[in-house]
Amino acid sequence: MTSTLQGITLKGSAELVAEFFSFGINSILYQRGIYPPESFSIVTHYDMSLQLTTDAKLKNYLTNVVSQLKEWLYECTVQRLVLVITCLETNEVLERWQFDVECDKLAKESSAPRQKSIKTIQDEIRSVIRQVTATVTFLPLLETPCAFDLLVYTDKDLVVPEKWEESGPQIISQSEEVRLRSFTTSIHKVNSMVAYKRTDSV
Amino acid sequence: MVTTRSSAHAQLFTSQRTAFEAVVIAPATDRDEVTNQRAAFRHLNCVTRRRNSNRVCDLSELTHCPREDGTVRLRERHSQHFEAGYAYHKCPNGKMAAEGQFFQLICSNKTPVKGKKQTPSKMGGDRFIPIRNSKQMDVASFLLTKENDPDQHSSAKAMSVNLNGYDLEDAKILHLGGKPLNAPEGYQNNLKVLYSQATTPASTKKTRYISTTPDKILDAPELRNDFYLNLIDWSSRNVLAVALHNGVYLWDANQGDVILLMKLEREEDYVCSVSWTKEGSYLAIGTSDCKIQLWDVENQKRLRSMASHTSRVSSLSWNDYILSSGSRSGLIHHHDVRTAQHHRFTLTAHSQEVCGLKWSPDGRYLASGGNDNLVCVWPRVSEGSAGSDNQPVRCWSEHQGAVKALAWCPWQPNILASGGGTSDRRIRIWNVNSGSCISSIDSQSQVSSLVFAPNYKELVSAHGYAHNNVVVWKYPSFTKTAELYGHSDRVLSVVLSPDNSSMATVAGDETIQIWKSFEEDPVKKKAMDRMVKPTTTGLHHSIR
Repeated sequence: MTSTLQGITLKGSAELVAEFFSFGINSILYQRGIYPPESFSIVTHYDMSLQLTTDAKLKNYLTNVVSQLKEWLYECTVQRLVLVITCLETNEVLERWQFDVECDKLAKESSAPRQKSIKTIQDEIRSVIRQVTATVTFLPLLETPCAFDLLVYTDKDLVVPEKWEESGPQIISQSEEVRLRSFTTSIHKVNSMVAYKRTDSV
Repeated sequence: MVTTRSSAHAQLFTSQRTAFEAVVIAPATDRDEVTNQRAAFRHLNCVTRRRNSNRVCDLSELTHCPREDGTVRLRERHSQHFEAGYAYHKCPNGKMAAEGQFFQLICSNKTPVKGKKQTPSKMGGDRFIPIRNSKQMDVASFLLTKENDPDQHSSAKAMSVNLNGYDLEDAKILHLGGKPLNAPEGYQNNLKVLYSQATTPASTKKTRYISTTPDKILDAPELRNDFYLNLIDWSSRNVLAVALHNGVYLWDANQGDVILLMKLEREEDYVCSVSWTKEGSYLAIGTSDCKIQLWDVENQKRLRSMASHTSRVSSLSWNDYILSSGSRSGLIHHHDVRTAQHHRFTLTAHSQEVCGLKWSPDGRYLASGGNDNLVCVWPRVSEGSAGSDNQPVRCWSEHQGAVKALAWCPWQPNILASGGGTSDRRIRIWNVNSGSCISSIDSQSQVSSLVFAPNYKELVSAHGYAHNNVVVWKYPSFTKTAELYGHSDRVLSVVLSPDNSSMATVAGDETIQIWKSFEEDPVKKKAMDRMVKPTTTGLHHSIR
């Protein structure tokens, strides 16, 4: 954590949010069973135990995405991060985790740090991750092998870096949506929600 | 060999208007051209798919077949295989097109109609749209290239926001390219459901289990197997009173012990009816020697013996301090148990034994049923009125058999249920206010007793010949919730426990069976207990 007792700077906020995304994505992958649970190891962060993947390829991929995200967060050009879970065979989108990011552009101008205690931010992040874990109780089971993809909504005029491509939004038709908690670092505000394919049940 | 003409010919036209990009190629003149064109396509991630062989086919040999959905299918001319088609399709994420997919022909290509070596002139004849007005072409190209109108812009914007979920103008979606990351082969998450329920959480309804066997069976030796008698009653203090021949026994349902309350002096006499007061401290006993005895149960003392009838007292019903009794003579007497002169009123309507007698829960009406197939409803008579105007408010003769089963609905006022004997077998629901029969169902057996169970809004009917069962019906739909076959002889009576969760049935097989059929879930029960306010009458101070 680079943010010190003096308050939150833009850079620190970007790091906090990127870190949250990294842990959040790992949690979702673990909870939804996209990857075998044996490939995860427990670490302690935000005063709770979280699952992090040990799969090298996945780790590499996530590191790339998160570091790029951090850059974009610092430039305030990212609007949304979406984790899409699709069925492997039919390519049908089964679940869609959406994290909206609202960036306070004023922070870019002034470099004075904002006042918000790290502890409060950590508490908020912790409750969001706990909620993600709790969603397992009502989300429908993923019966088929699944693949996931990470989509980033950025500003239109952003230069597309190498290796990144454009993509569609991958919306679910007939979805049930659940809004989860949000947290804010006073510079970045992150809203979370999950949309899943409605299963017909009586 | 690349000729200048071919590169000029190869018009690659893409349109941003749809998610797909349409690529229209110029007709190839020779094999080289086709190769070059294919090279051009590959550059754009387009792939041509050839069917069946290494045959090269160029556009001159293809016809266009417009389809209903607006796409155009290219078909080989002169081909026997109707399915032979070529499609050029670029997917948004750059993946290869699948065979057989179609593209939308956005606009014409700039190809000449005829001849291989001909230079293409300006936009004119087009293979796919043979005749084109050049004016239209100008207009079309102008429309395509100019800036959008503001209003057009907003509607287009609204549409794109709907389709894409976000504003295309403001954001674009990126993802990290490369090979998709999947779990290792063969991994299937084994998250299994440990607990599940068929219904969504919002609509949980506990399924209720009605046991088909009784909770308890009590022995009732020497019970008189007489259809017209009412030999059991369950007090509000949870004591069940049973008349066995000439004695009355009390079974405490809390403790489980049995006490003999009284026995008639003469051996040939027998008890015909028992009825508890509302508080459960006094028991009225009707006997075959035409008397009604009133007992204080706590002290096990007989308080009164009231004589007014000329034949056996087969039915009793309490209404505060008024005790109504029906006898074999067909007369109904009202007794005020507080005064020495107890016999107050006589109601005459029945010509045969009055076997069913029930006051409504609000005390306004008395229902009586007799062996003459009549059901009569009498109003509550106020003090001081003349005895002559005791006429029934209602008198129904629809039943074809003796009406012993009578029950008032506790949750709906003025609703009376009555059941007929062997020749009738029907259960009828009456509205006392309107006087009409609301419903009538055939229960297949002689109905000996009816009681409304408020916990699940059901009606319980006890039957004799021929099924000897107890049927629980959902009220008012009259669907059978349960059929309980516990008795081996005709069931004579059914009564509910004071907490409405159990019922006791007595039958000619000399057993009393307790059924726990209406158990509620504890949460609801607690709420209901808080709501129930005990009501008492001042009776215990005024019986002399």
